[in-house]
Amino acid sequence: MNHFIVPSDIKGRTPSPHPGGRAVTISNITAGYGERAAISDITLELAAGSLTAIFGPNGGGKSTLLRCIAGLMRPWSGAIEVLNARVGVHAARVAYVPQADEVDWSFPIAVDEVVAMGRTQRIGPLGRMGVADRAAVAEALGRVDMADLASRQIGELSGGQRRRVFIARALAADPEIYLLDEPVTGVDPVTQEKIMNVLDAEAARGRTVVATTHDLACAAQRFNEVVGLAGRVMVHGPAQLVLNREVLEKTYSAHLIPLADGSVVLLDDPHHPLGSDAGRE
Amino acid sequence: MNLIDLLLAPLGYDFFVRALVASALVGVACAVVGSFVVLKGMSFIGDAVSHAAFPGIVIAYLLGLPIILGGAVAAIGTALGIGGLTRRSGLRADSIIGVLFAGMFALGVALFSSIPNYVGDLFAFLFGDVLGISVSDMIALSVLVAALLLVIRALWKELLFATFDPLGAGAAGLPVRRLDNLLLILIAVTIVISLQAVGIVLVVAMITTPAATAQLLVKRFSQMIGVAALIGVTAAVAGLYLSFALDLASGASIVLFETSLFLIVLLVTSVRGRRTA
Repeated sequence: MNHFIVPSDIKGRTPSPHPGGRAVTISNITAGYGERAAISDITLELAAGSLTAIFGPNGGGKSTLLRCIAGLMRPWSGAIEVLNARVGVHAARVAYVPQADEVDWSFPIAVDEVVAMGRTQRIGPLGRMGVADRAAVAEALGRVDMADLASRQIGELSGGQRRRVFIARALAADPEIYLLDEPVTGVDPVTQEKIMNVLDAEAARGRTVVATTHDLACAAQRFNEVVGLAGRVMVHGPAQLVLNREVLEKTYSAHLIPLADGSVVLLDDPHHPLGSDAGRE
Repeated sequence: MNLIDLLLAPLGYDFFVRALVASALVGVACAVVGSFVVLKGMSFIGDAVSHAAFPGIVIAYLLGLPIILGGAVAAIGTALGIGGLTRRSGLRADSIIGVLFAGMFALGVALFSSIPNYVGDLFAFLFGDVLGISVSDMIALSVLVAALLLVIRALWKELLFATFDPLGAGAAGLPVRRLDNLLLILIAVTIVISLQAVGIVLVVAMITTPAATAQLLVKRFSQMIGVAALIGVTAAVAGLYLSFALDLASGASIVLFETSLFLIVLLVTSVRGRRTA
């Protein structure tokens, strides 16, 4: 369960102007698993060079939306364009970082082998790692301070180091679009800072970054745009303009507890009894 | 008789040399493909595919067609069928595997029991008879193993990426489903070319055990395949000598050698792990 104290006066970072066109255009998509729709009628535009956090309660469809943009799930209806083409056409220019619990950490693979996977599409089938590929892997490892641990088996790493390996793999691909599922969940503040600095730098040079997050404070302070998702898009815009108590109440409904000083506590676990009690008050 | 004589004496027999080469080739192929199988958690598929080859072998025998071809068609069909049915039926993969595995093997047994006279050739496919391998079989085996290793070498990066992180690979545009199917075909081919050496019942051990042993020993995937292949060859050679010296079934000897090695490595690594922990 995650508890966050959300100050009544949220200070967001200044949105950076993004000169390019649209990186992702989502039109009226509905998607889900089996019979149940996880996200309904989503329409969203993400500008090239934007640094966007998708936040919302568990089960709100954050990962589903990200998977649709990554071309890993086909929406039941609606359309997605990525880099001005149907989703999947420019897949080689997209890097996806899965949630930490979707990775088999006992897999006998070393840090540099994982990062080298980022080069797969640049090398192409039949090809082998060349000098430029090795340089890209080394540079990516250096940018996340993992060069010293290049030969470690991934299971021997701490949670924060594990996340940095996958960020490095994405960097090594040198993509136009980064799609990251919970990149800063469960990592220490220092690692979170390092990861966000890297993502910030990528956005600053025109790359589009989209990350799901449970960490509302991080979303507000380190991303220039936020998307509140609770099955539908509840809000989309620059954090300091759109993140207010009303929006949070709408997005998290049952998971917010108002405090006397005007701030609210967010209980982001729909299965926890406290969360549902708070919703009834 | 000293050790040198013990090792050299069997090499005087052509059939033994052929069996040695064939077993080593099978050992390498199984170990390399097995590394992907173990990491994808597909050992049960290997068992199912080897049993599913049986009706194909019997049908080919009854029709007078090449036996290997019949086995290959049935094995590849079943391997792809498992993948396809799992995606479409909504049932868990192990249920589909359980159904197809037993159903196909039952078909093989039923057809086999309909053959009136004793069929030694077909028994060889059940339990393996590498000492009976012919020169032409051995040449065919060499070509197929070489082709198999070339395909894996060519698509190494892609197979590894799709095995380790199907989501990341899919998002990057790799054809993950086609790579999965290719892996299923490679597994089926490996199994079919291994059947004469170790037999339907034991081939899954040749695929699983060296790779599982290697996984206990290494930290890199590139090392895992190398170590697995080394174990596969060593076990094939050692097992064959054991079978010759003790007059045991060749396939069983190879598998027992691999199993013993696995247990020793497991013991040593778990003791070592406890000490460092």
